Amino acid sequence: MDIKDIIKPENLVYQKTPLMTDKPLSYCPGCGHGTAHRIVMEVIEEMGIQSETIGVAPVGCSVLAYDFMNVDMVGASHGRAPAVATGIKRCWPEKFVYTYQGDGDLAAIGTAETIHAANRGENITIIFINNGIYGMTGGQMAPTTLEGMKTSTSPYGRELKSMGNPLKMTELLAQLPGTCYVTRQSVHSPRNVRRAKKAVRAAFESQKENKGLSLVEIVSNCNSGWKMEPVASNEWMVEHMFPFYPLGDIKVDGKLVNNQ
Amino acid sequence: MKELRLMKGNEAVAEGAIRAGADGYFGYPITPQSEVMEYLMAQQPEKRTGMVVLQAESEVAAINMVYGGASTGKKVMTSSSSPGMSLMQEGVSYLAGAELPCLLLNVARGGPGLGTIQPAQADYFQSVKGGGHGDYNLIVLAPSSVQEMFDFAFLGFELAFKYRNPVLILSDGLIGQMMEKVELCEQMPRTTYFDRSWTLTGKPDGQERNIVTSLDLDASRQEIHNQHLQEKYRKCKETEVRYELIDTDDAEYLFVAYGSSARICQKAIQLGRGEGIKIGLLRPITLWPFPAKPLVELAPKMKGILSVEQSAGQMVEDVRLSVGCGVHIEHYGRMGGMIPTPEQVLENLKKLLITK
Ligand SMILES: Cc1ncc(C[n+]2csc(CCOP(=O)(O)OP(=O)(O)O)c2C)c(N)n1
Ligand code: SF4
Ligand SMILES: [Mg+2]
Repeated sequence: MDIKDIIKPENLVYQKTPLMTDKPLSYCPGCGHGTAHRIVMEVIEEMGIQSETIGVAPVGCSVLAYDFMNVDMVGASHGRAPAVATGIKRCWPEKFVYTYQGDGDLAAIGTAETIHAANRGENITIIFINNGIYGMTGGQMAPTTLEGMKTSTSPYGRELKSMGNPLKMTELLAQLPGTCYVTRQSVHSPRNVRRAKKAVRAAFESQKENKGLSLVEIVSNCNSGWKMEPVASNEWMVEHMFPFYPLGDIKVDGKLVNNQ
Repeated sequence: MKELRLMKGNEAVAEGAIRAGADGYFGYPITPQSEVMEYLMAQQPEKRTGMVVLQAESEVAAINMVYGGASTGKKVMTSSSSPGMSLMQEGVSYLAGAELPCLLLNVARGGPGLGTIQPAQADYFQSVKGGGHGDYNLIVLAPSSVQEMFDFAFLGFELAFKYRNPVLILSDGLIGQMMEKVELCEQMPRTTYFDRSWTLTGKPDGQERNIVTSLDLDASRQEIHNQHLQEKYRKCKETEVRYELIDTDDAEYLFVAYGSSARICQKAIQLGRGEGIKIGLLRPITLWPFPAKPLVELAPKMKGILSVEQSAGQMVEDVRLSVGCGVHIEHYGRMGGMIPTPEQVLENLKKLLITK
């Protein structure tokens, strides 16, 4: 059989969404950011809302998200994406507006903007990539860094007494009446990618129905910052990150799940 | 029929914004400008024109909401007073870098730090020299009456969109709080056309997406962007200088003063002329671009120039830079929220320029 006999429309099982540009991703090989980008773009494609969507890129490794996501996008300053998204959504309530933010961006410098956007019930979607570290600036401690975890600014491991506790922003945000759908997912296995994509879809559907803020946390690896091989980093994530940041829905349709 | 109203400066600029067809206001309370948002909330512009008004959780959030709204081509604005403006500077630099039009208002008060709530003009450097990081300029308008607070909402949005650049109205607590007669003009419709060459309205099918950012990691391209900005500022300097001359025809001494100080100087001119001292006033209306040319033309005819500011002397540096060394130039001002009287201004003109 020749290759031409195989490449036929009827044999097509998967193709890259045109909502991802052809620009090579700037992420380290093995990093979860790229997969997270793809599922957000696939959802926007499947919902047919590309022409009504405006995205907000953060400061962090995904600062260039607009190079890869083929929708109208604006780059926010560090931590302010929820305020920028608020400005857009208030001016254009009929558009779909989302932010894509890291844990330093969302849970450190942008904590106030995140909590208040959620508290006002801004009808936006936040995709929150929690890798427990500042990837972009070379692997410093983030508010989400686990106890004992070594980073370049906690070289002997995070010590809670002087460095504070890892912050569960997602659980915190779920407590606010302004949030409608809050979930924690991961993209380290095909099954988890499928689940995460369903969650992103649910988040955008919730925005479509004007239900308030929807948030999808994606616990992700930063193999470079963690100083691990990609596969080892995913194993480490399963073993150490998931017990502290358990996967699953936290709030659905405005109601907390499992006595959260 | 003319529509006349007695209004506070802060109310006039808010009414001006509604009538100029603004789409959104985002702000955070601070004295002496809180009446701007209070007036807007009371007016319910959402019902009058569809304009959105939102009280943000901080000035940092407010300026970034402005950044978001502006990136979509909407006419958006914020207002604050000195400490709040300091907090906004990162966002202002981003707005200038990304070339986004918007209207900013600083109803300035005494500083530094928390300072006072009384009027001051000590934010001149921050306003005209770039309060945030990087090489950028704001177009800075300085109203000296309640009427101009109203009018500059229109002019501000017009210039902001003409140059795709933030415009700052640099007012002060005196102009913001005092009441005067204002002639109002008619309501302008809100814009429905958005220039797809740069605005984010959602990527239309079959067209390229738009990206709004101030980032370019490639230094050579960032330099080209900077050159483009400088070229824009140069054009703006050529065409947008605005100023007012009062009693300069026969003047032997010149005040240079803006905003509330210009009003005080007008009274000091009357007092001085009563004593036979021929004084005139150059009132910059645009602080950036600064009216250097008219100043250069007037300077050789003067025995001395007094820059009157409610500061330790900031604008006087631009006066000196424009005029050079040939003419005697001094500064007089009070600080920390104290307002000089016309008598004090005249006395200091005599002391600094005549008897010295
Ligand atoms: C005001 C400001 N402070 C600091 C920085 C430097 N900075 C850039 S990215 C970053 C951390 C990003 O970490 P995170 O949000 O977790 O994203 P990641 O790179 O891990 O995806 C920092 C501190 C900045 N750009 N702006
Ligand atoms: S530094 Fe970490 S988060 Fe950034 S691209 Fe590399 S692996 Fe991903
Ligand atoms: Mg991170």
